[in-house]
Amino acid sequence: MLMGLFNYWIVVVLMMIGLYIVIAHGNLIKKIIGLTTFQTSVFIFYISMAKVDGGTAPILADDIIQYSNPLPHVLILTAIVVGIATTAMALSLVVRIKEAYGSIEEEEIQQQDNQIQEDEKNGRQA
Amino acid sequence: MLLIFLVVVAIAIIRMKNLFAVVMLTGIYGLLSASFLVVMDAVDVAFTEAAVGAGISTLLMLVVISMTGHRERTTRHKPLLALLVVTITGGLLIYGTLDMPYFGSADAPIHNHVASRYINDSMQEIGVPNIVTSVLASYRAFDTFGEVVVIFTAGIGVLALLSIAHRPEDGDKTGSFNDSLNEQHLIVRIVSKILIPFILLFALYVQFHGDYGPGGGFQAGVIFASAIILYSMLFGLNIARKVINQPFIQFISAIGVLLYGSVGLASILSGGNFFDYNVLSNDHITGQHLGILLIELGVGCTVASVMIIIFFNFAGRREMQQKNEREHNKNQELS
Amino acid sequence: MDIIITISSGLCLFIGSFLCVSGGIGILRFPDFYTRMHAAAVTDTLGTGMILVGLMLLSPDLLIFAKLVMILLLTLLIGPTTSHVLAKAAWYNGLTPKFSSNVIDQKKNKETTSSNP
Repeated sequence: MLMGLFNYWIVVVLMMIGLYIVIAHGNLIKKIIGLTTFQTSVFIFYISMAKVDGGTAPILADDIIQYSNPLPHVLILTAIVVGIATTAMALSLVVRIKEAYGSIEEEEIQQQDNQIQEDEKNGRQA
Repeated sequence: MLLIFLVVVAIAIIRMKNLFAVVMLTGIYGLLSASFLVVMDAVDVAFTEAAVGAGISTLLMLVVISMTGHRERTTRHKPLLALLVVTITGGLLIYGTLDMPYFGSADAPIHNHVASRYINDSMQEIGVPNIVTSVLASYRAFDTFGEVVVIFTAGIGVLALLSIAHRPEDGDKTGSFNDSLNEQHLIVRIVSKILIPFILLFALYVQFHGDYGPGGGFQAGVIFASAIILYSMLFGLNIARKVINQPFIQFISAIGVLLYGSVGLASILSGGNFFDYNVLSNDHITGQHLGILLIELGVGCTVASVMIIIFFNFAGRREMQQKNEREHNKNQELS
Repeated sequence: MDIIITISSGLCLFIGSFLCVSGGIGILRFPDFYTRMHAAAVTDTLGTGMILVGLMLLSPDLLIFAKLVMILLLTLLIGPTTSHVLAKAAWYNGLTPKFSSNVIDQKKNKETTSSNP
């Protein structure tokens, strides 16, 4: 059973590493990289499910009888490109955040937000 | 095995604090997963992952960390709660995989329903040897339409967040820098002048040969964009802006989506369903070939132009930040 | 004739992989950036070239042979160029070789307009 399900367990390990990077690191770029890791592990999961023992790539040729399943390939092709699109958007947001707040550490941004809120409250009371 | 390398690289990404090294490791991670995908017989997907994950994604992240800083601040507390959550979720997921069919078994449920129909009937109905292209472009063309619109939206989003209006007098201030660059980067410039036509040719080959081998619109668009990005990295952003007109590229990206949608509309107007290529011509095989060719062209145009737009906007923003820093330093020296 | 081709291609593949492995060991064991660069670039280019030559000897038809020739040309062109760019970037950013006793002349100001990470 170990060899049969080995791929899926490694995928779960990679997914959890990606999730840990997103939760536990404060730096925004590290979080984005964690998301990318998570996405890639999901791709590996789908493609491992699509493989058939003794099959080849799903391109029709005369002397091949067994093909791997092409349907997950199509889904993952779409997913990779959508992933890069969202990563590009996230990175441009990080650039703007850096310009507005001066740092990309989550704790410092939170501090500046709390500071602004407190100043507004004190400004209103005074 | 490749998977063990992937886990090692992922753990290294967690542990390192230098963001530059982390981005490089992400590039290596993408390349390793692309090789793993080749071993799993997913050649189209591996092509896309290598071009996108190991190429464009690493490049964009490098441009961003050159703007935002190289080191990550070390945290003062130990993230025990995160570790606990991650371990519990991982345990539950592994318990969930115990029910799955073994890796590579030919009688797993996913191989029996739609996929066997695609494999068996693709040659008669569509006539294209690459089954992935036929499913992507013909059987599931509507999903691919949504994907192209998503890429286009990402391009618009980056434009909305990061674009800067350019005044013409900025061009000649940076002209003197370019001359000093000319001797600095001589070897790379000559080699890239030799290579860029071949890269563009390869992109066109991948675009039009996607029916018969791995390839298609996405990979071709990314390779085309990477040739243009190489040119603009080596010869300076201003020269690249003059060579590749920015409004023209934005226009091309819109034309790609429009082309894709109008193929669908043309099939409605000719009497079939949306994206039904059989009605585009007298013989249904010719109609399928024509439909697939046109939509792959649309996809290639949009992907290439959106990648170019994204890169130019990131680099332009970085240029603006550098210019503001220089003026700030100059003002500080004067005062 | 066939057995000569098989043996020679096997020899080329073996030499190629040995060179790549030794390049990897060199990266770990050399003391300085520039020496590591040298190890990586030289051995990787030659190793990849040998592996490609070994595959070329085994190719069944002309199309695969032509594709492998083109890959070999690209590798020979790109490998040394990238190592040159890396070493140049390191030099202009101030990284000096380990036992250098020469006088290092004034480096130019690193303001550039091209985004050259």
